[in-house]
Amino acid sequence: MTATAHRSGALVWARRNLFRTPLDGALTIVFGAISLWLLYKTLSFIFVTGRWDIIRVNLRLMMIGRFPEVHVLRLAVTVVALAAWGGFLAGFIRARQVRSGKVADDVSLPARIGDIAARLWLPGVVVLLLLLLSGTPGPWIMVGVAILAAVAGRLVGPFAGRPKLGPGGSAVVFAGLGAVPVVLYFYVVTAVGFDDWGGFMLNLFLAICAIVLCFPLGILLALGRRSTLPLVRVVCTTYIELVRGAPLFVLLLLANVALGFFVPDSLAPSTSTRAIIVFTLFTAAYMAEIIRGGLQSVPRGQIEAAKAVGLSPARQTGYIVLPQALRNVIPAQIGQLISLFKDTTLAGIAMGLFELLNVTTAVTAQEQFRGQGLIGETITFAALMFWTVSYTMSRESQRLERRLGVGER
Amino acid sequence: VLKWVAQLVVVGLVVAVVIWLYGNYLDNTAEQNIPTDLGFLGNPANFQITGNELSANAPIRDALWEGVLNTLRVSVAGIVAATILGTLVGIARLSRNWIVSKLATVFVEAVRNVPLALFVVAGLLVVVLGVFPTIQDAWQVGGLAIVSNRGVAVPWFIGAGFGLIVLGAIGALAAWLVARWRSSVSDRTGVLPRSGLWGGGAFLVVFVIGWIALGYDWTLPSLDGRQTIGGIRIDPSFFALFFALVIYTASHIAEIVRGSIQAVPRGQGEAADSVALSAFQRMWYVILPQAFRIAIPPIGNQYLNLIKNSSLGAAIGYYDLTLVAQTTVGNGSPAVPVFALTMVLYICLSLITSVLVNIANRRSALVER
Repeated sequence: MTATAHRSGALVWARRNLFRTPLDGALTIVFGAISLWLLYKTLSFIFVTGRWDIIRVNLRLMMIGRFPEVHVLRLAVTVVALAAWGGFLAGFIRARQVRSGKVADDVSLPARIGDIAARLWLPGVVVLLLLLLSGTPGPWIMVGVAILAAVAGRLVGPFAGRPKLGPGGSAVVFAGLGAVPVVLYFYVVTAVGFDDWGGFMLNLFLAICAIVLCFPLGILLALGRRSTLPLVRVVCTTYIELVRGAPLFVLLLLANVALGFFVPDSLAPSTSTRAIIVFTLFTAAYMAEIIRGGLQSVPRGQIEAAKAVGLSPARQTGYIVLPQALRNVIPAQIGQLISLFKDTTLAGIAMGLFELLNVTTAVTAQEQFRGQGLIGETITFAALMFWTVSYTMSRESQRLERRLGVGER
Repeated sequence: VLKWVAQLVVVGLVVAVVIWLYGNYLDNTAEQNIPTDLGFLGNPANFQITGNELSANAPIRDALWEGVLNTLRVSVAGIVAATILGTLVGIARLSRNWIVSKLATVFVEAVRNVPLALFVVAGLLVVVLGVFPTIQDAWQVGGLAIVSNRGVAVPWFIGAGFGLIVLGAIGALAAWLVARWRSSVSDRTGVLPRSGLWGGGAFLVVFVIGWIALGYDWTLPSLDGRQTIGGIRIDPSFFALFFALVIYTASHIAEIVRGSIQAVPRGQGEAADSVALSAFQRMWYVILPQAFRIAIPPIGNQYLNLIKNSSLGAAIGYYDLTLVAQTTVGNGSPAVPVFALTMVLYICLSLITSVLVNIANRRSALVER
């Protein structure tokens, strides 16, 4: 319909999509006026009335908190290394898929660049905005090197993925790939303890740690809840339902105030670690329910077939059931991870961690900005940060869903 | 046998960890002389709950109960408003009108991907304290509401408390009975049932008669110098939390409603068109009833989330259950029993809600052919 509409001109299009009936026309006029007003308000806020000095002055505080100046280089190195790692991983996985015939290797270079641009233009624009706001050369150099590193990694990756490795070789490559983030983690944490972390970096870090940790726990809980062993089932079900019934905010408060009573002082973790533990335990319960849904969606025939070819119960689960179950619920899982990422703001409110939301309210109390009602500007900035990451994640999840053909078989 | 060994090992581990934690807890509390029982409930609360006449030295038990009521107030109001707004936005996303559907899409995508905490904080600091005028030049909406940064004053009832709820319940019962009678008449004779109109009318009649008989009245808010008199003043923190919860939950409900409408077979809409139903009739009588049958379980989940998310009111000083618990702990009550009790109360609220949602779900499923 759009094609014909374009051919026959804007007037016809407007008639079809805006003024189909009198009521439709009235709706168009009312909501058109509302949208114009909103657009005007937004634009004038961005370009005229908004006073964005507060962001420019505090950009560093908002992004990395009070991370010590002398160690910032470590962060830059980490970002570059992660970019290279990510590029390498992408190339590696792609080469393996091509080798096993899952995807065809006939995408031309311009098409591929176009694809990446279509997927990443939004975070790209936001990064560019941040760079422009920063006003110092350091971040520019870091981002430039990181992009080069990612491209280099992408070009090198296929050389590791193309040849058919034995089980030993694969293990070495996977162990190496898995070790990189762990090494980087210690590289940063040994220099700067958790207490000095803050800003948006802390939100991202809390979310990533909890995401990585909640997956295995969630899978175990889901399998436990579906187990044929009654005692295990009762334990898992109780845990899942208790955690799901309580608000995250209260759990964080509880961990903050009351954890000291339950573990000896020598074991009492730092506030950030407590936050990670609570996020992990909380999200694992939700993840378990999602994965349980996935497990139930695997047809019985699959398990029976696995039994028929004589796989052990562990292999039936690991090779046949789990891969299909996890694939079937990818959208729900990523939705849960997005909400986990958004919930990291609660760590600031409940535990006083210096994450982005706390920074946004704290900076309006600075001497030069106090009492000028700049909370709108800072909150808008924080919202833009969260929105960009969440929206990109949800778009990538839809893409992944299409590529894996969920619901097609 | 192996299975039982494995089970006992798992359960043994869990029990051992729990016993270890609990032992530590008992040791630590004994060392610091902190009580572990619920005896603190009788102590005076020593703080004032905003917007409430409960005195500051009422026992903690009453303060917590007031917290539960505040949580319920904002949750029930939020659930009703979010359901209506979410349904409208969900329908709007599928509208053939380009502007309406785009506006709805922008709303959903913009709100869904931003943390709720940001909306709560922005609701108080930006909307109520930033946009709303001071009390001197408050917005007066047709004499019915007075909006200022001290809160929103709206008309309220005089002399009605619990009795009003009972009256509403009786009215609802009458409406239900009349609606059933109308649909049975319709089944027998074939006249249009119009159960909505008849039921609504029955509710109104019962309500108005009861209202007059019981001598209730209402008051309109009015400005008196620097404060409002009459009506009821809705606290800024309530308004901010309500606003944030409604916007945020509505964006999620809208997606559910959209998905459910799309899941209704196309033929249903086409059949409605072919018997010449109007667009409204098509949506109201044909599409929505079938869509809601699919949508009830996920929307119920959103209700549960909304109740749990209302705990964020604590961040902006709304005395819900969480903030009452937090303040109680801050005033020196033992943290673990207070928060344990809080969690139990939240779990109870969740359970009650999910029971209600399940009943609704079962009823809507029964209607199926």
